[in-house]
Amino acid sequence: MSERLDVRKTYKLLVGGAFPRSESGRSYEVLDAKGRFLANVAQASRKDVRDAVVAARTAQRAWWSLTPYNRGQVLYRLAEMVEARARELADQVARAEGVRAGEARASVGRSIDRLVWYAGWCDKVAQVLGGQNPVAGPYFNFSVPVPSGVVGVLADQASSLEAFVDAVAAPLATGNAVVALASEARPIPAVLLGEMSATSDLVPGALNVLTGRTGEVGPVLASHEDVDGLDLAGADDDFAGELAALAAESVSRVLRGADPQDRGLKRLRAFVETSTVWHTIGQ
Amino acid sequence: MDERPASTLSALEYDPAPESAALARLRESYGLFIGGAFVEAHDGATFETINPATEEPLARVAQAGEADVAAAVAAARRAYDKVWRKTTGAQRSKYLFRIARLIQERSRELAVLESLDNGKPIRESRDLDVPLAAAHFFYYAGWADKLDHAGFGPDPRPLGVAGQIIPWNFPLLMAAWKLAPALAAGNTCVLKPAETTPLSALVLAEILQQAELPDGVVNILTGDGSTGAALVDAALDKVAFTGSTEVGKVILRRLAGRPTRLTLELGGKGANIVFDDAPLDEVVEGIVDGIFFNQGHVCCAGSRLLVQESIAEEVLHRLRRRVDQLRVGDPLDKNTDVGAINSAAQLEKIRELTAWGEREGATRYTSPCALPERGYWFAPTVFTDVAQTHRIAREEVFGPVLSVLTFRTPEEAVAKANNTTYGLACGVWSEKGSRTLWVAQRLRAGVVWANTYNRFDPASPFGGVRESGFGREGGRHGLEAYLDV
Amino acid sequence: MGITVGSVVGVSPAPLRLVVDDERAVRPRPGASVPVVESEAQLRSLLQGLAGVDAVGAEARAAKLATRSLKRETKRAAIDLALSMVDLTTLEGADTPGRVASLCAKARRPDPDEPDAPAVAAVCVYPDLVATARVHLAGSPVRVASVATAFPSGRASRAVKLLDVADAVAAGADEVDMVLDRGAFLSGRLGEVFDEVVAVREACGPAHLKVILEVGELVTYDNVRRASWLAMLAGADFIKTSTGKVAVNATLPTALVMLEAVRDFAESTGRLVGVKAAGGIRTTKEALRYLVVVNETAGSAWLDPTLFRFGASSLVNDLLLQRRKQRSGAYARPDRISLD
Repeated sequence: MSERLDVRKTYKLLVGGAFPRSESGRSYEVLDAKGRFLANVAQASRKDVRDAVVAARTAQRAWWSLTPYNRGQVLYRLAEMVEARARELADQVARAEGVRAGEARASVGRSIDRLVWYAGWCDKVAQVLGGQNPVAGPYFNFSVPVPSGVVGVLADQASSLEAFVDAVAAPLATGNAVVALASEARPIPAVLLGEMSATSDLVPGALNVLTGRTGEVGPVLASHEDVDGLDLAGADDDFAGELAALAAESVSRVLRGADPQDRGLKRLRAFVETSTVWHTIGQ
Repeated sequence: MDERPASTLSALEYDPAPESAALARLRESYGLFIGGAFVEAHDGATFETINPATEEPLARVAQAGEADVAAAVAAARRAYDKVWRKTTGAQRSKYLFRIARLIQERSRELAVLESLDNGKPIRESRDLDVPLAAAHFFYYAGWADKLDHAGFGPDPRPLGVAGQIIPWNFPLLMAAWKLAPALAAGNTCVLKPAETTPLSALVLAEILQQAELPDGVVNILTGDGSTGAALVDAALDKVAFTGSTEVGKVILRRLAGRPTRLTLELGGKGANIVFDDAPLDEVVEGIVDGIFFNQGHVCCAGSRLLVQESIAEEVLHRLRRRVDQLRVGDPLDKNTDVGAINSAAQLEKIRELTAWGEREGATRYTSPCALPERGYWFAPTVFTDVAQTHRIAREEVFGPVLSVLTFRTPEEAVAKANNTTYGLACGVWSEKGSRTLWVAQRLRAGVVWANTYNRFDPASPFGGVRESGFGREGGRHGLEAYLDV
Repeated sequence: MGITVGSVVGVSPAPLRLVVDDERAVRPRPGASVPVVESEAQLRSLLQGLAGVDAVGAEARAAKLATRSLKRETKRAAIDLALSMVDLTTLEGADTPGRVASLCAKARRPDPDEPDAPAVAAVCVYPDLVATARVHLAGSPVRVASVATAFPSGRASRAVKLLDVADAVAAGADEVDMVLDRGAFLSGRLGEVFDEVVAVREACGPAHLKVILEVGELVTYDNVRRASWLAMLAGADFIKTSTGKVAVNATLPTALVMLEAVRDFAESTGRLVGVKAAGGIRTTKEALRYLVVVNETAGSAWLDPTLFRFGASSLVNDLLLQRRKQRSGAYARPDRISLD
C-alpha cells in the first residue's frame, strides 16, 4: 500500500483581498534553513506593486473610516485567527529560521501577543499622541494623529514572523494601509499571516503581502509617488540609503533601524501625521 | 438754522505714520557668530543685504564658506560634549526664559530691523513676528526641565548637534521656532538664516550673548545656498529645514544614506473653503489674512479660495471691495497692510506665475493701489475663473495672489482641497460645527483653521503632510523633532 | 554708529478706495429697495437669513483697525470731525434747566479760546428739558435730541411710550432716541418689536429716529446684527449702540457689526442709515478708533455727522485738549477747558 501523497500548497500574493500569482507568472525557490527545497513562491513584479498600492489606497479610506474601536476588534480577530493556526505557523517559522520547535512556538506566541497589544492601541493612540493645545487666544485647538496613508514595508530578512507582525500591525493600528514585502529568503510565515488576515474582517487591501526580490521590489515601492511611508527594515544600510533617496521625490516618511525589540511608541508614531484644528470660541 | 459747514473730511486719507528706521540700530557690517563670538568669514567673503522697499543696501554680512561651517559645527559639538549635555534641564530652562525676556526688551528694535530687511509691514513684525518669537522661547523654556513628563518615555535624550536652515519670510520667528525646542531638548545648534534676511538672527546672537548662553551652544552662519549645502553635508545629528519643497527634496536625497535625523517644513497650496452658511464679514477678513498677510510669503497661505457656488458672487463682491482697501506701501508705516516683496527674484517668480494665470484663461483682478517707484512691489491680485489644472491653482506662488475656485457640495470641496501634492494648511468657514468637523477630518493637511486663518501659537503643533514635509514645530509635538525617541 | 536708511520713495500708501470709481458714493445694487415687511414670519426668516457673525473674527478685525495710527493733518481733521459728531448728553435724575443751559453753551462753542472749534452735532436730554435746550440752542446749527419711550429700560406700555415721544417732539426735539424692546426681542416676539418701532417712527413726524439697541443686553453679535436690520427695516434713521445705563455700552466690535449692517442695508435698499456709538467713549484715542472703523467699514460717506454720532459727555473735553495739543504742540492744562 502506497503512502498518501500530500497536497502541496502554492504560496501566492495577497493583493486587495485576493490571492493572485504574480501577474508576471514568475516564481522563485524558497529553501529551508538547511537548504532543502520548501516551495516555489510567487515573485512579485513592478506591476504587482502597482496593483497592491492601488488596492491599499482604496482600502485605506475604508479602513480609516471604521471606528477606532472597530479597527481594534479586527486586529484582535486577526490574533484569534493566528492562534488557531499557531501550530502550522510555528512549523513554518521553524523551517524558515532553522530554530527548534519550542523556540518557533514561542515566537508565534509573541507574535500573537504583539497583535493583541496593537489591537488595544487602536482606540487609545489618539489620546496619547493627540490632545488639546492651550493656545493664547479664543480658540479651541486640538491635535489628532492621522494616518500617513499607504505604507510600504520591506520586512526584516531574518525574523520571518515576529518582525513582520510588528512592521505591519503598527501602521494598521494607526489607520494606514500596508503593502509589505516579506523576507526574501523566509517568506512563508508572512504569506500565512496574510491568509489569516483575509479571514479576520480586515478591509480587503488594507494589508497586502508580496513575496519576491527585495532588490527588485524595493526601488519600485520607494519611488512610487502614492506610497506615503516606507519601512526599510529589510534593506541593508547602502540599499536603504538608495531607497530613501528615491523616496525623497514624494517626501515619503521613512522608518529605518527600528529596533525589533522596541516596545515603545516609535513604530506607532512612525506613520502618523499630526493634524491640528483651530476653531474660534465665541458667543 | 440747520446750516453747518460741509464735513471736513471726505475720507480719512491717513498721513504717513512711519516708524523711525534708526530704531533698528543698524551697523555697517555683521560677522558670523561662532563659538560665542562674532568673527569674519575665513576667506573674508561678504555680501550685501538690501532693503527690498528701496533697493538700498542695509549692511554687509559675512558669507560663510566650508571652513566656517566646519568651525561652527565643531564649536557646537564641543559645546554639546563639554557643556550643554551636562547642563541640567532646569538651567537650560532659565537660559531660555532669559532669551525670551531679552527679545521682549529689544522688541521694537527687532521689529524695525525685521521690516527693513524683509519688507514686511511694521504692524506685523511688531504685533506678530517678534512677540511670537519671544513666546516660543517662553513656551519651550518650560519644557526643558519636564522632558521626562512629555510622553516620550523616561529620560529622553537629545540628538546632539542640529543644523537648522530657515527661510526669509519670518526670519526671527523661524529662528525661534528652530532654536527654542532644540535648546530645550538639550541640543546645540548651527543656524543658517536666509540670504536676503540675515540681520535679525544676528541681533538674536547678541541677545544670546547678553543671556550668557554658553559659547558654541548656538552658532549662526550667514550666507547663500552654498552655505546651507555645506551645512547639510557636515557631521550633524539633526537637520531641520524650512523652505521650498524643491530644496527639501534635495536635502532628503543628500541625507538618504545617513543616520542624520531630519524634519522638513516645506511649501503649500492651502485651500480656504467657504460654505454658504459662513459668517461673511469674517470670511472676507479671513481670506485677506490668508493670502495677503506677509505679502503672501507664507507657506501655509490660503492661496486657493474654494467658495460655494451659491454665494460666490456675494463673496467676491465683498472681497474685491476689501482688496481695494488694502494699503500697500512703506513697510515702516504703521498703517501699511501689505509691504514689499522680499527680493527681485521672488518678484520675478510672482510675475511669471501671474502671467501664466492670464495666459491660461483666468480672469485677473488687481488692486488699483498706487505702488512706490523703487523697490519690489506687487499689488494684491485675485484670479477668478480658475480651473484645477491652471498653474496658479497648483503651484505655490508665494506672493499676494489668490486663486478662486468654486464647489457645489462638501464632498467636492474636500476633493478639490486635497487635489494637490502639498498638505500644509486649510481653512474651513461655516457656522455649522458638524460640517466643519466633517471637513476637517477629511482634509489632508497638518493644520486646519475653522472660521479663522493664519493663527500661530507656540503651544500648537505646526507642520505638513505629504510634500509639505514632516515633523512638527510647536507644542509638545515639537519636542519630538529634537529628542532621540 | 548708525547709518541712514533711505526712505521709501514715492510711497503714499494708496488712498482708501471704499467704493470703486466714486469714493463718496454708495452704490445700491440694481433694483435695490427697502423690503416691505408683511408678517412676523417673513421678518423672522429675513433676519435669520443674515450671515452670522463670528465673534472672534469680528473682535480681531476691530482690534486690528484699532492699531491704525492717525498723524498730523489726518489727526487734526479727525478730531474736528469727531467733535462735530458728538451728541453732548446729560441724562441724569439731577438734571436741571441750569445744567442744560450750560451744556448748550458748550455745545455751540466748545472751546471759547478757539472759535474755529466746530460746534457739536446735538444736545441730548430727557423730554422735559427739550424746551429748555431749544431756547438755548436757538439760532445755532446744534440739534436737540431727546431720549424717549420710557428710557432707558423701555418697560412701559406702548401708549405711554408714544406719549413720551409725542411730548418730546412737541417740545421741539429734532431727534428722538428710542429704546428697542429687548425683552420682546430676546423672547422672539419680533413682530411686536417691529411694530413698536414703526409706531414710534410715525409719532416722530419730521424728527429723526434713533433706535437704541442696547447691545449690552442683546449680548451676541448675531443679535446685534439682526436687531440692526429690524430697526432699519422699521424705518430707523440711526441705529444706536446703548443707553449708557447698563454695564456694557458701545464697543468697537459692536460698532463694527452695526456699520457692516448699515453698509449692507444701503447696498441692498439704497437707504443710508446712521450709526451712533454711545456710552463709555471718553478719550480722543477711542473716538479716533471709531472713525477708523467707520472709514474702513461703512465708508467715507458715513464720515459725516448726518450718518455717525458719538453719544458722550466727557469725550468733548478730551477732544478739545487734544485739539490744543495738535495746534500748539504743548499739552494744555485741563482747566483751560470748561467743565461739562
